Amino acid sequence: MNSLAKILLDTNEKYPLKPALVLQSAGHSDATLTNRELIQGASAYARALQENGIKPDEVVIIVLQHGQDLIFAFWGCILYGAIPSIMPFLTEKLSPDHYRQSLQSLFEVIQPAAVITYSDFESEIHEAIENTTVRLILIAEQIPVVTDINNTNCFSLQRDENSIALLQHSSGTTGLQKGVALSHRAIMNQLNSYKNAIQLNQNDVIVSWLPLYHDMGLIAGFLMPILMENLLVMMSPFDWVKSPGKLFQAITKYQGTLVWLPNFAYNFCTQKIRDKDLTGVNLSSLRAVINCSEPMRNQSHEMFLQRFHPYGLRAEALSTCYAMAENVFAVSQGGIDQPVSLDWVNRLALINQQKAYPNEINENAICMVSAGKPIENTQVKVIDAHGALVPEREIGEIAIQSDCMLNEYYKRPDLTTLAFRDGWYLTGDLGYIARGELYITGRKKDLIIVGGKNIYPQDLEQIANNIEGVYPGRVVAFGIFNEKLGTEDVILISESELTENTLRDNLAEEIRAAINQSSDITVRRVLIVPRGWLLKTSSGKIARSANREKYLQEFPV
Amino acid sequence: MDDPINEISFYIVNDILKSPHKILKPDEPLISSGILDSFHLVDLALYIEDRFGVKIEDTELNRQTFDNLNQLYHLIQSKTKDQ
Repeated sequence: MNSLAKILLDTNEKYPLKPALVLQSAGHSDATLTNRELIQGASAYARALQENGIKPDEVVIIVLQHGQDLIFAFWGCILYGAIPSIMPFLTEKLSPDHYRQSLQSLFEVIQPAAVITYSDFESEIHEAIENTTVRLILIAEQIPVVTDINNTNCFSLQRDENSIALLQHSSGTTGLQKGVALSHRAIMNQLNSYKNAIQLNQNDVIVSWLPLYHDMGLIAGFLMPILMENLLVMMSPFDWVKSPGKLFQAITKYQGTLVWLPNFAYNFCTQKIRDKDLTGVNLSSLRAVINCSEPMRNQSHEMFLQRFHPYGLRAEALSTCYAMAENVFAVSQGGIDQPVSLDWVNRLALINQQKAYPNEINENAICMVSAGKPIENTQVKVIDAHGALVPEREIGEIAIQSDCMLNEYYKRPDLTTLAFRDGWYLTGDLGYIARGELYITGRKKDLIIVGGKNIYPQDLEQIANNIEGVYPGRVVAFGIFNEKLGTEDVILISESELTENTLRDNLAEEIRAAINQSSDITVRRVLIVPRGWLLKTSSGKIARSANREKYLQEFPV
Repeated sequence: MDDPINEISFYIVNDILKSPHKILKPDEPLISSGILDSFHLVDLALYIEDRFGVKIEDTELNRQTFDNLNQLYHLIQSKTKDQ
């Protein structure tokens, strides 16, 4: 069994001059990094960690923008044997105060030893590390260049394969407290199994704009190509969102064969890329475009195919995947050796009886998109509230078992225990199995997924609760699927004693601004309602799903 | 150009925010306040390109050049002059 560092070093021994990845950045020409350059860049960080007294096995938080420094810092931690965790960088809209607070609460739980960031950001981090375990802030610009890699101490080579290789964090204040701890063994088991599921071969070229703090970007769009010796072409999510056509230009230029996208990106690319940005684009090299990380819609696939078929996109390339950080990445994969299965089921039975009865294609039917079959090392079952198996085509909670599960939620044994039942990991997702394939229908928890980001409604409600004029505790946030965007819109409803329209409008604006600056998302609509509008459960709690239904009835989409 | 600031403001509140009653001040931050999220930046850029016949580079879609109506007005003006 090899550690991640061993594989990287072996690859460099074999092909030092072979390109490991191409980094694209708006306004700059493409930068190619060979295996040797990757190791050299990483060695510089590994040495800096050691020289500054960081021990192998300690956690290092990386707060850097998408780019070369981030890549070197991550691999530097891996080589050295420290445990890296990549955090999202401060965005233009996020309030620095809020950002600092969320880092602080992360540091309290994770107890990292060091933070790697830029000199511009050092003072922010300084404030955030007060009274925490962080002993060192390493500044990316001040890392000395290393050309001779022989003196780099790779403690990772002596580490047990079950030791923690890295931590992955989901977004959100609540989510921040959960660091998914993954071992070398789990990561390699996932990659070897997923490699077979997608029939990865040496000619595959992976193109990705996905962020590295998210499992899809980190595993499928970063670790897998580098460790499996496939060329990787990377661009920043910020560059992509401003100019989505760049993804297709990169696929054309490097003959990309594999790309992973969250569902909204199918709509976004279809609607926002102009014909002039597609001049010369040829997508015929793509063998799989894999829809993953938020609910998959057939409509999104159809519009994407219709728009890009003239540019060489083949229908067979449309694929799907169900994944989660707790399983390193993929649980199931569809669309590789056969087209993605569609299951037309009766809409009412699905909603009212939690059963997926096949239905003719008509107005009573809803089209479910298959997430494919479990990958070879992962078992999937669907269970009821008591943990008993439910029959085929009946909806229940999806539970999984594999040889690539998380070690733990880092320093949260309480949450780790709660996540498992009889040795099976409870995903919190709802779905059913039909003809051996998995279909995801919803989720047990009140989670909102916007553009692939998991958002906890309680975090948004908490932000609104702190604003004067909001009736304390009488706030609810939920998601509504937006057909045009292919993802969820966030709606927030707040009760208030205010009666005058102008005052209510002002309050709504204030809530909107507070949420936009203190969370990863933009709220679509803030509604101020009179006292008593929101529905409560028998125990006096605000019922999110009941209020969501009420909203949909009163304000039909 | 009649009054680009009014036109752009009308487009943002009606087409993007869907809150026609909202009044945008010329110096009100759009990106750094979170009024416009990253998915809308490209909409606004496409609208400006079409309406005012200028080319917006994606490197210009940031808070230094694209964050309020005044900045947008100056950006359009400087590009119109160049043409």
